[in-house]
Amino acid sequence: MKSKGLSSLLVAALGAFLAAAAPAPSPVTPPALVAAAQQEGKVAFYTAMDVQVAEGLAKAFEAKYPGIAVEVERSGAERIFQRVGQEYASDIHAVDAVDSSDAAHLLYWKQQGWLAAYVPEDVARWPASARDADGFYASNRATLSVIGYNTRLVSATDAPKSYADLLEPQWSGKIVKAHPGYSGNIMTATFELSRRLGWDYFKKLGEQHIMQVQSSTEPPKKLALGERPVMFDGNEYNALILKAQGAPIAIVYPAEGTPLAAGSAGVMKDAPHPNAARLFISYLFSLEGQQFLVDKGHLRSFHPDVKEPPDRVPLSEIKLLTADPAEQEKAVDEIKRKYAEYFGT
Amino acid sequence: MSLALAARRAPLDLSRPMLALLALILCALVLLPLGWLLWYGFTDKTGAPTLANFARLAGERSFLAPFLTTLAISAGVAAACCLVATPLAWLVARTDMPGHRLVRLLVTASFVTPPFLGAIAWEILAAPNSGLLNQWYQWLFGLDPYANLLDIYTVTGLIFVMACYAFPYVFVLVANALERIPAELEDASAILGGGRWHTFRRVSLPIVMPSLLAGALVAFLQAMTQFGAPAILALPAGFHVITTKIWSLFQFPPDLHLAAAASLPLLVLTVLLLRGQNALLGGRGYAVIAGKSGAARRLPLGPWRWPALAFALGVVALPVLLPYAALLKTALVRTASEPLAWQALTLRNLRFVFAEFSATRLALANTFILGVASATCGTALALVAAFLTARRLVPAARLLGFLATAPAAIPGIVLGVGLFLAYTRPPLVLYGTLMILLLAFVTIELPAAYQQLEAALAALHPELEEASRILGASRLRSLWQITAPLLGSSVVATWCFIFIGAIRELSATILLTTANTKLVSVIIYDLNESGDLGAISVLGITLLVISFLTVALANRLPRRRGSAPS
Repeated sequence: MKSKGLSSLLVAALGAFLAAAAPAPSPVTPPALVAAAQQEGKVAFYTAMDVQVAEGLAKAFEAKYPGIAVEVERSGAERIFQRVGQEYASDIHAVDAVDSSDAAHLLYWKQQGWLAAYVPEDVARWPASARDADGFYASNRATLSVIGYNTRLVSATDAPKSYADLLEPQWSGKIVKAHPGYSGNIMTATFELSRRLGWDYFKKLGEQHIMQVQSSTEPPKKLALGERPVMFDGNEYNALILKAQGAPIAIVYPAEGTPLAAGSAGVMKDAPHPNAARLFISYLFSLEGQQFLVDKGHLRSFHPDVKEPPDRVPLSEIKLLTADPAEQEKAVDEIKRKYAEYFGT
Repeated sequence: MSLALAARRAPLDLSRPMLALLALILCALVLLPLGWLLWYGFTDKTGAPTLANFARLAGERSFLAPFLTTLAISAGVAAACCLVATPLAWLVARTDMPGHRLVRLLVTASFVTPPFLGAIAWEILAAPNSGLLNQWYQWLFGLDPYANLLDIYTVTGLIFVMACYAFPYVFVLVANALERIPAELEDASAILGGGRWHTFRRVSLPIVMPSLLAGALVAFLQAMTQFGAPAILALPAGFHVITTKIWSLFQFPPDLHLAAAASLPLLVLTVLLLRGQNALLGGRGYAVIAGKSGAARRLPLGPWRWPALAFALGVVALPVLLPYAALLKTALVRTASEPLAWQALTLRNLRFVFAEFSATRLALANTFILGVASATCGTALALVAAFLTARRLVPAARLLGFLATAPAAIPGIVLGVGLFLAYTRPPLVLYGTLMILLLAFVTIELPAAYQQLEAALAALHPELEEASRILGASRLRSLWQITAPLLGSSVVATWCFIFIGAIRELSATILLTTANTKLVSVIIYDLNESGDLGAISVLGITLLVISFLTVALANRLPRRRGSAPS
């Protein structure tokens, strides 16, 4: 991995690709791989994506390649990281393909020698910043962490426009927030925001009596329930999914910038179903798989040919905050310690 | 005849080898995890002996605060359980309150309900803004959306929910004690001029007191060592209890030394409390020498019968009726807080759980297999151990009894840490298999199972076994053919008790589960962390149905009658 500048490059490239999608022939999946994968019959996919999105993707894969069952093991990215670490420490090799919203995890697994050097061919056409230079993993999705509010409880004029607004007394006891010790998106967002806004900001936020949930998929669900009127962070894609279902949710891209997490995926070197793992990762990065994540999962994609739905705010219009995974990895302990100090857990 | 018998008879007496094997199994169950726990607690990452882990625990507020919070909450749960369970037990056991069978059934239902499921149901009911009860309150009084009556994400909320699912322990103990008070004792007091209150205070209460204290202690320990409900209710409020703190030490890279050190105070405290209970009750156990005394008399409540029933139903509505209704509603609608109407109904949650969610089938199968296996192994182990000790067949009977009850002093999460340390390394890598969970469940449930069966055996006269022995059966054969069938209902009750315990368990499970060994409890917990309440409700109701069906079936088993040896 290169360092600094990489992440801003990533965003620039992403914007450029989304603006001008160059059509290219889709590479054909070798029939030998399909046959070998069907022989194995199963793939264990550990993922931090929302469980309904991940299961939807799995069902689409199973429909395309009959005879291969996808076992989705969904948890927060930091829990997935813990589970893989614990299993590998005991020589249990259960995971085939893995996805994490915390890009630092893929970097760590690569350094440990746990990843196979495999990404499908067409990833070569992706922005260099959205893939590992050595070909061990690539970014299969981009997730934004946004502010949001329940439109039944808050009017557009009263709604917070920035992180600074959320420190105002009127929001005390009204905010729901996810946890960096569980969610890779929130770990990434907390890293980015602590560098831009300073830890002092979080100290003040800690005095706002927030409701602490774990997953970054949950704050939008709490908004939909009406449990809290405002969310400090949470996935843009979950908010969009719920909005499409008619939930009274509005998204705010904060004035200070919106944290972006480049969720990444790869194949494990000791995968028990190596062919099925490769076939699944190929599908995940294929135009079909990526378009599924964008259309059904409301995620953002780095795939050059993916079509963004017209009603979505283009990334080029959003001020983005990005993180360098290598720097973020060094800050993990600091983030956990400071967070526990200001928020109690 | 007798000669023929003598010739045929020389059955191998397996009692002694059985004892040795049993002692070995019990030692392995208890000593191996505890040994590793001690070793890790008192060493650092290089393996050098140190007290630094404990210094850190005592020195850092982020560790000390959860300890103190846990103690305060556990005391609160114990007090709440006693306050509610005692009058309820009295109404059910000693008065002519109508529907006391129904109330008893609903108390059993609250015991079968896993506390983590109850905690989630109470989130749906009493989350400060979206909680159904709070919505009704706002609607009833025309209040604004932020006016709330209840907030479940508080210390009191947590105490309330844990008490809901711990009070059956107190209830059963107190109700049984109340039923055992012979009417003569109370009559004697009345004849000697004692008023009703005096009789209650000087006769009934002292007889019940040991059971009440024992119940309070069980409730305290349950609350202290529980993981599910605190993880679900305390973390959103921004505080830790000790179990959630220990769990957080397993975040990668795990700090196993600190986790082991943090578990040890729980172990010490549990041992002290159990010893304290023994000391307290040692001199004051009221053996009710019962001969042929009259059964406990039911007090006529007169006009108070219906208010009493209303009170009793009100109490059992909290752990059972309201939560079940909340789960049912959430399973059938898109968003838990939306009003129940025809157009709100959806099969989406059902479809997701049974057609899309790939964890469902594996978790249901694992849960069922483990429940049955734990119940069967645990009952068998407890039965043999209780038989050997109750009949004093071996000199080391007391030791066996001690070994079988020792795990009572090991909280689930501590055992989880110990088993994790013991079985994630060669030669016995059990982590990642159902075996490690089986070990955990059998160990956790063994003490109660042993005590139940030992008590049942003590009440069974050995003359039938002796007859069987005279006719040439070995000891184990008489146990199997004579004693076990006579113990029928106790054995089935023990089996059900362990089965339910395995389904309720989350404290040890959460540390020992992997992708291939997930249980319904674990996926419910996982889904809660991402707020998928609809899917949780469907899974939770499924889990409850399986539990109730299994218990009902077990109780309908045709009991094998002691057949003549042929």
